[in-house]
Amino acid sequence: MSAKAALLIDFGSTFTKVSAAGLQSGEIIGTAAAYTTVETDVGYGLATALAELRRQTGNINFATRLACSSAAGGLRMIASGLVPALTAEAAKVAALGAGAKVVKVYSYELTGEDVDEIAEARPDIFLLTGGTDGGNRECVLHNAEMLAGCKAEFPILIAGNRSCAAQCEKLLAGREVYRCENVLPALGKLNVEPAGQRIRELFLRKIIYAKGLSREAELLSGIMMPTPAAVLCGVELLAKGTDRQPGLGELVAVDLGGATTDVYSMAEGAPTRENTVIKGLPEPWAKRTVEGDIGMRYTAAGVLDAVGSQRLAKLSGLEQDAVEELVRQIERNPATLPDTPQQSALDFALASAAVEVATARHAGIIEEHYTPTGQVWLQTGKDLTRVKTLIAIGGALIRGKDAAKIAAHALHDPAAPQSLRPKSAQILVDRRYILSAAGLLAGEHPEEALAIMKKEIVGDAHPGVPAIYIHPPI
Amino acid sequence: MERKKLIIGVIGADVHAVGNKILYHAFEAAGFEVINLGVMVSQEEYIEAAIESAADAIIVSSLYGHGELDCRGFREKCDEAGLGGILLYVGGNIVVGKQPFDEVENRFLAMGFNRVYPPGTTPETAIEHLRADLGINSGER
Repeated sequence: MSAKAALLIDFGSTFTKVSAAGLQSGEIIGTAAAYTTVETDVGYGLATALAELRRQTGNINFATRLACSSAAGGLRMIASGLVPALTAEAAKVAALGAGAKVVKVYSYELTGEDVDEIAEARPDIFLLTGGTDGGNRECVLHNAEMLAGCKAEFPILIAGNRSCAAQCEKLLAGREVYRCENVLPALGKLNVEPAGQRIRELFLRKIIYAKGLSREAELLSGIMMPTPAAVLCGVELLAKGTDRQPGLGELVAVDLGGATTDVYSMAEGAPTRENTVIKGLPEPWAKRTVEGDIGMRYTAAGVLDAVGSQRLAKLSGLEQDAVEELVRQIERNPATLPDTPQQSALDFALASAAVEVATARHAGIIEEHYTPTGQVWLQTGKDLTRVKTLIAIGGALIRGKDAAKIAAHALHDPAAPQSLRPKSAQILVDRRYILSAAGLLAGEHPEEALAIMKKEIVGDAHPGVPAIYIHPPI
Repeated sequence: MERKKLIIGVIGADVHAVGNKILYHAFEAAGFEVINLGVMVSQEEYIEAAIESAADAIIVSSLYGHGELDCRGFREKCDEAGLGGILLYVGGNIVVGKQPFDEVENRFLAMGFNRVYPPGTTPETAIEHLRADLGINSGER
């Protein structure tokens, strides 16, 4: 085969997935997966996956090889800011947007115990923020001084009050320190891109070497990024389109995993009602949130805690006692897949509840207030009620027959009218998990990446299975 | 010289936006850096904004008559949040009905506000007071 093709690799925590994308045809030629072998050399797992891919496609000469990784825990970050709802939140938004797994966010002044905890957690990168430009200096300076005494080594990215950024750097002399623009230069002005960019650069330069991915990295022609960052690039391109092809417009995507549930919204989120007053930080157009306590396996108990056994019983049709027992079983042995009807029923309930909780936490909320001058709405976060496209990603959603039924729990719920989730949306399923691959391709070959996503996710790429599910408007 | 920083906004469930905009422009024109939180601002929002931006004063507007209720405990919360000594001004139509203003003023001063303004106060009055309280030369910008 001589047509130009790209090899797209996703080093996952469990599986290494490879996809071959035809650059002229704009379609996926083949996909394969093998167990990730991060303890020895990720190259072994990759070679196995590549051999399987070649079995499907024959020999291909790849023009580009691009990879993303969430292996070895992904990009683990800790952030600190001043006020929880302001710089600490902005720091979290920046780290999540860069595809990181945010282990913890500290606000106000770090204590000695906090610093011990940070040393224990050994983040891949620490994001140090606090104060708007020209604003509070004491907190970020104190925290820099505290971090200077931290026993563990890790890169520190300073993205706080610019008036004292140089001073912070001085306090951290001898450590690996980087500086970029403030994540919150002024109240009401979120500026997470520069920090996100630096985080991705650091990931590329430092982290992948530390995680045994370096040998492979040398063989790659470009960008290594955390997998969630690749997915974000993919959904952003799918929403916005290119100069030549239109995108799908505003959308919401839910990636339901074994340990976490990621939600992406590509939408402005401006109020849709009159008399609405907006509260809180401005929202990024491309927003990612991660629920670390919500997932299908390792965090199944977190789903139970969040919604209660009564809700899971209702969704699964099982008794409450049975629900609790089955969740305990999953907790003891997270590697098992369901094989009894009860386990499948519980999986359906867990997936539905996980989608429900994660999207409710991602979307904005609206509260009704009666003032002496009449009714007013107070909105915090994004109003996604008019978003018309919902994309379901992740094993639990792809494997299950009920993908659309599960994903529909991301939509507006009349029982929770304050949550600003999409009112009615077309539900699309990323069945072959190609969003991260398309996101990788998006940088150099946006037209091809978009064509692939349209074919795989929107178009009927899988005859016999309806590609588009329409959820009836509520 | 670094500009002095003011946090302004309309407190409580009050949506009167016009005076708030006028104050914003008047204070900016007078050489202050103004962080405008807009309408329906809670005590916590003023305080959080003041912490993050290291503001010099918080200026509370209230037009709808419930100001006294909305402002209760504001100074104590500032103290608790580490903003001890921050200037607190309040003005507008801060109480219901026709009450003698000196009584109203005394009640708000007792609540820890530094300056209390009756309806009809011009922005210039507050600007003059800010310059005096913050030790700014009126000729200086």
